[in-house]
Amino acid sequence: MIADGTTQSAPEGVLVTTTSASTQSAPVHEPRPPGPPPSGEFPESPAPPRPRRLPSPIRPGAFGAEDATILVGAAVSALCLVWIVFYQLTSLSGGLGFLICWYLAFLGLTWLGTAQVIERQVATDRVVAVVVVSAAALVIGIIIFIVAWVTYKAVPTIHWAALFTKDQKSFQLAESNALDHVGILHAVIGTFEQVLLAVAIGVPFAVATAIYLNEVRGFGSRTVRTVVTAMSGTPSVVAGVFIYSMLILTHVISYSGFAASLALVVILLPSVTRVVEEVLRVVPSGLREASQALGAPEWRTVWSVVLPTARSGVVTAVLLGIARIVGETAPLLFTAVGSQVLNLNPLSGDQGALPLVIWSDVRQPNAVLIDLAFQAAFVLMAFVLILFVLARIFSRPKGKGGKGRARPEEDDLMARFFVPIPIEESESR
Amino acid sequence: MAIDLDLAPRRPQAPAPTPITVTRDYSTPDKVFRWGVQASGLGVFLLLVAIGSFLAWSGWPAFKVAGWGFFTHSGPVLVGSHANFGVLASLTGTVEVAFVAMVFGAPVAICTALFLSEYAPLRSRRSLIAMIDLAAAIPSIIFGLWAFFELQPNVVGLSTWMSRHLAFIPFFKVTSPPLNASIFIAGLVVGIMIVPIVASICREVFSLAPAGEREAALALGASRWQMIRTVVLPFGRGGMIGAVMLGLGRALEETIAVTIILAGSYKVTGQILQHGGSTISQLIAINFNQSGGALGVHDLLLCGFVLFLLTLVINLAASAIVNRSRSGAGVDL
Repeated sequence: MIADGTTQSAPEGVLVTTTSASTQSAPVHEPRPPGPPPSGEFPESPAPPRPRRLPSPIRPGAFGAEDATILVGAAVSALCLVWIVFYQLTSLSGGLGFLICWYLAFLGLTWLGTAQVIERQVATDRVVAVVVVSAAALVIGIIIFIVAWVTYKAVPTIHWAALFTKDQKSFQLAESNALDHVGILHAVIGTFEQVLLAVAIGVPFAVATAIYLNEVRGFGSRTVRTVVTAMSGTPSVVAGVFIYSMLILTHVISYSGFAASLALVVILLPSVTRVVEEVLRVVPSGLREASQALGAPEWRTVWSVVLPTARSGVVTAVLLGIARIVGETAPLLFTAVGSQVLNLNPLSGDQGALPLVIWSDVRQPNAVLIDLAFQAAFVLMAFVLILFVLARIFSRPKGKGGKGRARPEEDDLMARFFVPIPIEESESR
Repeated sequence: MAIDLDLAPRRPQAPAPTPITVTRDYSTPDKVFRWGVQASGLGVFLLLVAIGSFLAWSGWPAFKVAGWGFFTHSGPVLVGSHANFGVLASLTGTVEVAFVAMVFGAPVAICTALFLSEYAPLRSRRSLIAMIDLAAAIPSIIFGLWAFFELQPNVVGLSTWMSRHLAFIPFFKVTSPPLNASIFIAGLVVGIMIVPIVASICREVFSLAPAGEREAALALGASRWQMIRTVVLPFGRGGMIGAVMLGLGRALEETIAVTIILAGSYKVTGQILQHGGSTISQLIAINFNQSGGALGVHDLLLCGFVLFLLTLVINLAASAIVNRSRSGAGVDL
């Protein structure tokens, strides 16, 4: 379809450029007599006496100079129209309001223009395409903007030497509030220990559960599958409150980094389980059957055949799991509480964490602390981005055809992780 | 032998062999292995039960004091008698924030999903998908920071504009002027945050629309939008509903971004443009450190239990819908 569209539109481009020479040949293909040239509505267009285009609902891919002219013309005339209505006729005001009105007028004028010049069905198609593309552009623009904005706010003020070697203790003690006396060492260490503990507890548990769901399929695995799906939607604040009510309120453990990592396990467990389960499902059954035909016991099959085959997927799952929990703030509020000073021991005492530094410092009436919060946000975001890129690298298959494209199933793993997509009821093997 | 004209498959004359029963006699290591993974599966199950039961158990003292008034009052936390404490204002605030988020986020997300599955050039499709997934990975506190410093100052102008010119809609009426820290702005942020979630699921569902029907529609002369309207959207309707519900679950639970934005006034309000409002998770996060371990903590844990039940029900329903639409049931073309 697309190739068809491009080949159709190429001679038309030629037609437009050499329009004076070949005008007389075009009406041969024209089923209807050519209408009046559309130059009246669009003073911006050069408007040569051009033959009317074929009505082309069958060429959804074609997009030529005329279409671009319509879009630009609609944009400019919408701007003028909205400006007149907004500021001259009525006394409306506000930048975003103007933008929204302009966009709506732009859509309307695009429809009108395309319907006039080409056809109504094409006009609807075109307007939907504009809406879809602009929505996606908005989303992607916001993402790029957020990443660039945090970088822009953080990087110019960073004192690299202090950032990773000092905590915020000296901020309380000394009068010198300069950024080369404070850092986020306590938060980096705290986050590191909490995430490491959470991964150490959560990942074996999750892999075992995934094996139970996909390899052993024992009694009640359907129920567990539903439970895992339900748990992956557990609010992060509930995870924190749960650990608080179960362990801290009952004085089993006190506020500590360990309590925080237990809360993170509650978040990590369902997501890693679901992703590992999907990865295990991709392992070809033939490998399992070959292993069992050779007389290997079940544990041996899983340990020596299934898990090594799925290794890259499991690594991806763990990396994405870290990226998922490293930025969680709400559970830490009830468990690690946060601290200004370095606390190396995760088992006792309040402990800092990167999200907690952002959370507490950004609300301080102090420019230095706000700068520090932005630096912490930058470090956190950079860490998440690096993990994300690493995960993508790991999810690519090695060996033949290894360069370039990931397997489509593994492509979806990224989404699986942060999105509570339910696990499919697996087909019988 | 006569020729079989009915072409029925020949039945074998010999009696069928009696089926043998295969018993799997697991060796001891295998028994340990199976027992171990089964225990971890049971552990996940118990974890969910424990979350529900511990929250219910530790919220019970508060419920005994407040009674069913817990759901009809909206008294402030921890002030005066706890009998006044109620979750009503926060519950309505949660619903309002989620509603604003869905109104803005869901159409944008569905359009983004359509772009990724139908419009984006094949060459750049993978990196665009990765970009949307990355948005889901950005921590919510960074969204909160961005919204507080960048989005809010711009949206206040829009809020002013809407309150001035759209005040005939009761939601947009403003009686007490400051327009920052409002439910509307919090809803906008959450709406941005749910876009990657809804878009990912919708994209997957859209891409499952059968190629044969797509090509049939195009071959009959449909434009791309007509093809989407007649094939892709009907096929993905169930998945879209499920995706929006999963996004709703996410919108109901969002804590940090909402807490950074919202002012925190515990009064039932329908005026989403003006300063103030609260959600359940914001209520918990803001008041936890001040509650000091008294009965106030139980109040908050009871709120946590309510939030847990709310999201659990919505997520279970949503995943049931998505799963059903994945398997292709209920799709008539």
